[in-house]
Amino acid sequence: MKKTNRRTFVAGVSAATLLSGSRVAFAQKKYSDGASDTEIKIGHTNPYSGPASSYGVIGKTIQAYWKSVNEAGGINGRKINFITLDDGYSPPKTVECIRQLVEQDKVLCTFNTLGTPCNTAIHKYMNEKKVPMLYVATGASKWGDPKHFPWTMGFQPDYHTEGIIYAKHLLANVKDPKIAVLMQNDDFGKDYWNGFKEGLGKEAGRVTKHVTYETTDPTVDSQVIQLKDTGANVFFVIAIPKFAAQAMRKAGDIGWKPAIYLNNVSSSVASAMKPAGLDNVQGVITALYLMDPTDKQFDSHPDMKTWVDWMKKHNPDQSLQDASNVFAYAVSTLMHETLKKCGDDLTRENVMKQAANFQKYQLPLLLPGITVSTSPTDFYPIQAVQLSRFKGETWELFGEVMHAEST
Amino acid sequence: MSMFPKKWVLPLIVLAFVIPLLRPLMPDVISNYRLFLVSTMIIASIAVLGLNLLTGFNGQISLGHSAFYAVGAYTSAILMDKLDMPYYATLPIAAAVCYVIGWLFGKPALKLEGHYLALATFALALSVPQILKYKWLEDLTGGVQGIVLSKPEVPFGLPLTDDQWLYYYCLIVMIILYWAANNMLNGRSGRAMMAIRDYAIAADTMGINTARYKTVTFGISAAYTGIAGALSASAIAFVAPDSFSFFLSIKFLIGLVVGGVGSLAGSVVGGIFYVLVDNSAQALSLFVKNDLGVQFDLSAYTVFGILLIALMYMMPTGIVGGVYAIVQGLRRNRRGATTGSATSPVRDVAANQQRP
Repeated sequence: MKKTNRRTFVAGVSAATLLSGSRVAFAQKKYSDGASDTEIKIGHTNPYSGPASSYGVIGKTIQAYWKSVNEAGGINGRKINFITLDDGYSPPKTVECIRQLVEQDKVLCTFNTLGTPCNTAIHKYMNEKKVPMLYVATGASKWGDPKHFPWTMGFQPDYHTEGIIYAKHLLANVKDPKIAVLMQNDDFGKDYWNGFKEGLGKEAGRVTKHVTYETTDPTVDSQVIQLKDTGANVFFVIAIPKFAAQAMRKAGDIGWKPAIYLNNVSSSVASAMKPAGLDNVQGVITALYLMDPTDKQFDSHPDMKTWVDWMKKHNPDQSLQDASNVFAYAVSTLMHETLKKCGDDLTRENVMKQAANFQKYQLPLLLPGITVSTSPTDFYPIQAVQLSRFKGETWELFGEVMHAEST
Repeated sequence: MSMFPKKWVLPLIVLAFVIPLLRPLMPDVISNYRLFLVSTMIIASIAVLGLNLLTGFNGQISLGHSAFYAVGAYTSAILMDKLDMPYYATLPIAAAVCYVIGWLFGKPALKLEGHYLALATFALALSVPQILKYKWLEDLTGGVQGIVLSKPEVPFGLPLTDDQWLYYYCLIVMIILYWAANNMLNGRSGRAMMAIRDYAIAADTMGINTARYKTVTFGISAAYTGIAGALSASAIAFVAPDSFSFFLSIKFLIGLVVGGVGSLAGSVVGGIFYVLVDNSAQALSLFVKNDLGVQFDLSAYTVFGILLIALMYMMPTGIVGGVYAIVQGLRRNRRGATTGSATSPVRDVAANQQRP
């Protein structure tokens, strides 16, 4: 018994040392893991179940997008192998899924992984493993930090700036504002809240009450009642669609009619505004950067026409009124363009390099006046929004497009 | 423990040490990801062993071991995150904290039996994730977001990958813990524990201090599961309240029952079983949806349920018990009627362990 043990051990260790030396020969690669002559593997996590499952449509639309790209011949002759996993908006599950995607499925990169808490959980891991984490589906301000996290890039305008914009608007337009805030109790909520407070500046004392909720809570009814009791006339809703809809509906039900400011992530007519009850959401203000599909003024716009045709042909099961489907199409187009620019050099380094190389790119479905710009020091692709007010059954844009400086 | 042939233990340990070293020969078979998976299986088997000590060997049912697992994980995470402690130093502290909490819980649990104890431990399991999310503790626990940690680094510049080192670290801890458990169970304390499980009144009459043994066992069981939790904090490099829901307790219980109650080898099998099913669940679900075309969301629990029912029919004493019964059956058939059963009656009693 002992003899075999030692022999195997010595044999094993010598083999190990021999083979570890042979790795050096593979230095000249134009492919990283996940890319080859015939395919490109992309990883993705999305909440198909759980409290954020209204975002599940994003994953489905992205899947349909890559399918249609493959049917048209792929990118530079390579098919896209899009692997999407359900993380249920639960950070531990996201960690598990991403580890599987990176280590077992060996994807080239991930893109549009959804959720601030979920992306926070994998932020350090992805940068340690040097795998591109592109166009994350969250606007938290921390995604644009190329110095410390060179493998992570955001996509949508950051929440902090959005909070500032709402604060400034309400100070200029609401007389003697008394503000009530409902906030999701995690990084996503706190980012908006910090921006909002910064925007209020000296008037931060006007916040009469600030309550939070957990994504595991079944409803936010008690929080809304608490807020109404403070007599506030402004209601800032920092919530994902399920809870935003509940909050706005409850406010209407108990007869509270404040000026409502709603965060962009819940601006979808299909997943938040209609479930809240159209009567309860007249006059709600939000900031948009994408064309809303229910906005009649874009019906004849070529981008919107292309999108509607694409939806009818390749994604007929999904709603034409859900802004999430516009979002999914737009971000997938950006990813498509990034991979196309890589050409035959599909290393992870080159993917990041091309992603950080957009100058005023006209991404379809962005509001007129908004373009995508990135550079090695600017990892915020979109930094402009326009305010809009809910009227009738859709959003009505007003004012100018506001551009933010890269922070 | 007496069921598992001793002569197999040493070769298995040797194999466990040697196989990952062969990784450069077969990097796809012995991949980093697989080593990581096996590490999680080791951690699971330590956690199930903790539950086994309490439920299998001492007859006290617990649905609250996810709470001890969580406490162990968070203790380790907070020590590593806030006090910059090295990962191995957090293990004894996590064990001590969980021992104290387990012992403290064991004291009032003395008054509870059977399903009352189950309910009390159930309450513990439900409350711990909420406590972890509590606003006042947020600075310490990171609230809903949890705490992001780093994986253990390979020490002394050994030519191992991070995942290989993690595997050895978990393996060494597991061997030490199992050896300690084996020693304890084979000695006077173990016999006392099992006596309390089988005939508590008789044990009391014989002079065994049942109260002390029960509370101490609770503490030790909590410590074992707490160490497993601390190891998992290093392995997954992330702790969040959502990972320690009540369902984790159920998974431990499933692992325990499926592996084999009252058997050390059973804990290992149980740990391997529940990690395997957990990981295959999503692949299975996709298989069912895409390949079989059945629009049914197959979750891990569905698979657990089906397998559990099947196993309870075929192997009521768990996989280890079932395998042992098969081996005994074969032996008996081979020896025939002439020599009679070579196994002692005591061994047979041990084989037919009562489930709580």
